[in-house]
Parts: sequence; structure tokens; C-alpha cells
Amino acid sequence: MNRRVAAVALAGSFAAALAAAASPALAEDKMAGKEKCYGVALKGQNDCAAGAGTTCAGTSKVDFQGNAWKAVPAGTCVTMKTAKGMGSLSPIKM
Amino acid sequence: MSAAAQARFAAAALDPGAAVPADLAQAGGRAPERRFAVYRNNVAVGLAGPLAARFPAVRGIVGADFFAELARAFVRAHPPRSPLMMLYGDDFPAFVDTAPGLEELPYLGDVARLEAARTRAYHAADVAPLGAAAFAAIGPEALAEATIRLHPSLGLVRSRHPVASIWAMNAGEAELGPIDGLPPEDAIVGRPALDVHVRRLPPGGAAFLAALHGGRPLGRACALARRVAPDFDVALNLSGLIASGLAAAIAPSPCKDPKP
Amino acid sequence: MILTTLPATAGVGFKPEHFGDVLADGGFGGFFEVHAENYMGAGGPPHAQLTRLRQDHALSIHGVGLSIGGAGPLDCAHLARLRSLCDRYAPESFSEHLAWSTHDGVFLNDLLPLPYTAETLAQVIAHVDETQSALGRRMLLENPATYVLFAESDIPETEFLAEVARRTGCGLLLDVNNVLVSATNHGTSPERYLDAFPLAQVGEIHLAGHDLAEGDGGAPLLIDAHGAPVADPVWALYARTLDRTGPLPTLIERDNDVPAWPELRAEAGVAQRLIDGAAAGASVSKRVAA
Repeated sequence: MNRRVAAVALAGSFAAALAAAASPALAEDKMAGKEKCYGVALKGQNDCAAGAGTTCAGTSKVDFQGNAWKAVPAGTCVTMKTAKGMGSLSPIKM
Repeated sequence: MSAAAQARFAAAALDPGAAVPADLAQAGGRAPERRFAVYRNNVAVGLAGPLAARFPAVRGIVGADFFAELARAFVRAHPPRSPLMMLYGDDFPAFVDTAPGLEELPYLGDVARLEAARTRAYHAADVAPLGAAAFAAIGPEALAEATIRLHPSLGLVRSRHPVASIWAMNAGEAELGPIDGLPPEDAIVGRPALDVHVRRLPPGGAAFLAALHGGRPLGRACALARRVAPDFDVALNLSGLIASGLAAAIAPSPCKDPKP
Repeated sequence: MILTTLPATAGVGFKPEHFGDVLADGGFGGFFEVHAENYMGAGGPPHAQLTRLRQDHALSIHGVGLSIGGAGPLDCAHLARLRSLCDRYAPESFSEHLAWSTHDGVFLNDLLPLPYTAETLAQVIAHVDETQSALGRRMLLENPATYVLFAESDIPETEFLAEVARRTGCGLLLDVNNVLVSATNHGTSPERYLDAFPLAQVGEIHLAGHDLAEGDGGAPLLIDAHGAPVADPVWALYARTLDRTGPLPTLIERDNDVPAWPELRAEAGVAQRLIDGAAAGASVSKRVAA
């Protein structure tokens, strides 16, 4: 492909992008179906995105004991780890 | 308070194993140990609490007990150097990468990177997204030479793990479940208006955005992306960038500065 | 030097989770107080919300991270951030604490106590002076809740605050819950503390709830936790104060276990009725006792 042909192809792709972007709802649907990428925006909880607020208060919830590492990870990771050897399970939806 | 006395107070407040400062009084015959413990506890909760608030998915993945120890260890190694607690923990993802006990969760540091990027996006400067019309005005023929300034809230998380899927499952966005084959995922985080969004990037998308961020013209950024991902889809990536609202400005040629 | 003051109404500490309810509730006429450090990001929802609130309400900006009671110099970058925040929102009041929170560049995120001596008095006066000139406005300095005392302290806290106010021209923020918490923890009388407090300098009052923690040897230990409604003894001390001062802007602080907006608004309503009573010249302490 020479430079001229490549430039025309690129311009064609840009034109397709502009057409898709001009109708955002359509673009989201198409992309969500096609690639599951750049499509549906995951939001999570906005409160979590905020990070911590400050406080000028103390707390009576006691949480300062110990410097030792005793606990083991024991959250939702267990569900994640079982995935490795079990390829037959259905893929997640995003 | 002398600087030396303050140093002793601060050190004792940060270390539960240390003796209480010797310069405390016994008010009404009350021993200061129990009273000083209130400050120790306030400091411990005050520094670890913001990490729990900023990294809820990481906390969910390892559980509250392990997270508490992880947070305490991080606080000891990296106490905050600024009173802006909302951004405390920028170093936490790197700390998670090498923390003991997490060898089975190699993706955890990247989940933390994604969560840290969400907070940065939340507090980033407000800039109106560039609409499709601004791109159309330049036209498909000239776009290859245009440079794009990305939105100040945009954060890029490149991962060897399915970071977006794992985060989504632990942020209440997707049902918890196994992920087939644990494919690598890159994600962008951004806040075009008031809500922070996370989007999974298509192949080559991260290289494309990194090139744009580095000031490369659009055509050159596409070529660089295709070099790392032969199936890089120009139309998908450009329309995706426009639809995400994370393009902030465009200039027709690299010789001209993008308009603010 | 800007000398604006809050209106003598009952205010509430603003929590983002209440934003929608506050907008829907057109009837709340009080002021809002926010922590300065939560609004030091470049943009985003915090600024969008505060800008909207500011249209309808008087505003108090309350700093929690300046470390005015610290031995080291104030953080110039932080002062600049405070200046830019005050310039942007033009609050009716700016306040900070008689406490320290930063040592050697490390921020401990708690309001830590200082001994009251000639040495610390000079430090605090210098820091308040520096803050007021950096901000171009008068500030209020708040009495702390404390859990320990220092052997070297030789100035009573009330006298210390009075002297800072006299030498710098700053006003004071009287936290009545802090008065009760500290007095209980140190086995002293909150009434006597209030009798000695320079009430003429008070520009705002804080009210909050506290927790009773397990003490040592049966001696009560109160924690300034802001996690419960204002306690009856604090209402009584507040009313006793209003009898002497007349109406003052009064904030309901709630930082932990934050309830729904109507509950906080109702608590502010209780304070507002006492303020109204004081404005009408009534003895509101009798009303609280009844």
C-alpha cells in the first residue's frame, strides 16, 4: 500500500468515525455489541470515586492494635481464582 | 510546644508499641496511657480510613481484615505528606504490587491503579468535552495532521490482567463470576461531566491514547497503535474517544497550539 | 482585612450525600459549613455542589489541616490554597483549630493537643497573624477537644485563647461539645470553663455529639466523635451561653454515622428556636431545663 492509498484509507476510517460519533447512542450500541470496548461506560459509585472526606472529629471505633501481618486475603478473590482452571464457565457481561 | 516535644508526640501517636510521651500530666490522678490511646486510635483510623474509602474494590477483593493490615503497613511506609486526604494513596498501587501475602492476586495492584485514577478524575479540572462537530469541522482529509489535547481527568490503566472486568465485578457494576482465560485489559478512566466513567479499551487503544497524549498527530498515533496491535480499528477508537467525551481540544496541525 | 460574619442562624455541616435533599428542601434558611480541604481539588462534583449551595446560603469554610498549633512553620502552599478557596467562595467565615496535625511534613489527620506556655502562645499568635494576612481576612480559632494535658502547661486554655484573640484580632469559635468533652476527661467543670471564656470574641458556636468510651479506673472518657445527636448536657451549656451572649451563628456538626437530611435539619431547628429565643431576650437556659 503506497502512502497515497494509505492516506485515503485513513481518511475513510476517520469519516466512518465521524459518522459514528455523530450519533452517539448508535455508536455505543454498535460498539457494545461488537467489541464490548469503548462502549458502555461503567460508573461504579461516585462516592467511592470521591476518596475520603476530612473529619475534625475523633473516633471511638478502636483500630490501632498491632503491627503484625496475620490475616490472609479472604474477600471476593476466591471467586476470581476459581476461574483459572474452569474455562467452561460463562464469560462475564460488561 | 518545642519541635522536639512535638516529634516525640507524633512518633508515639504513630507507633502503638512506643511509650507515651513523658511530658503528659496526670490530670485528676488519671494515668495518661488510656487517654493517649485515643490519639493513637484517631491517627490510625484517620490515616487508614481514607485508603478504605479510596480503594473499596481492593478491600472487597482481599476482605476487611487483610485490608486493615495492608493499610496500616502502607501508612507506616508512606505516611501522608499533604493535608489533602482525598488524594492520599497515590503510592498505594505500587505498594500493593510487592506487599507480602498477595502473590495469588497479581492483578490487585492494577485494580488499585484503576481506583486511584477514579479519584484523580473525580477531582480533576472541569473542561467541556469536545463534540463530534469540532472533529467534523476539520474534516477527514485533514484529521491525520491534527493534534488532540486529552481531557485533564483522563487516566490510562494498562494491565496484563482483566483489570476493568475485575474492578467492575467488585464495584457492583457486574455480577461476580469467573473470567474466561483472564485476558489482559487496558482501561481509561475519565470524567467528561460530573460522573466518573471507566471504559475498557479496544486493542491498540492504550498506545493510541498515549501517542496522542505525547502530542503526536492523529495519523501518526494511528500508525503507532497499529504497530503494537495489527488489528487496531481506527474508526472504533476515534469514535470511541469522541463519544467518551475525553477529547478536550483539537488543533488542525501540530504547528498550532490546541485552543484552551 | 475582611470582617464579614455569619448570620445568627443555625447551620449544618454539609455532607455531599445530602445535596439532592437540600436542593429539594427550599425552606432551610441556615448556613452551611464545609471543610476547606475537601474543596481543594481542581474541579468536579465538590465545586459544582458548593457553587450551587453558595447561591442560596451563607457559608463557613472550616479548615482542618493548617496545623496552627504546630511548632514548625505553616505550609505556604496550603495557605495559598486556602486563600484561593476563600477568594473563590467569599465565605462569611473562615475558621481553624487550636491544634496541630502536621509534624516534619507528615500529616497525621487528627487535631493534636499542645501545651499552653509562653512559647506556644507566641507560636500560635505568629501563625494566626500569618494566616490572617495571607487570607486578607479575620479568622476564628476553635477551642479543641483534648484527652491529655501537658505537665509544662501554665496558662489556662481560656486565657490562652483570649490572649491570641487580643493580640491578633482574631475571633473565636466556641465548640460547646469540646468544652464538655475536655472538662469531663480532665475532671474539671465545663461551667467554670465557660465562665472564663472570652465570650465577646465568639463569632460562631459548634454543637456536636460525643461518645462515651471505656475509661481508666472508672473515670469517664468522652470522645469528640461527631457520630450522634447533640447530647442534653451540651444543649444545656449552649443555652447557658446564649443567655450571656445573645444570638450567635451555631453549627450542628455531624461527621460519623451521618443521618438523613431531615434529621439533621430538625436538630438545626432546635438550635434555631434557642437562637430566636435569645434574640427575643428570653432566658433560653430555663427553656432547655424545662
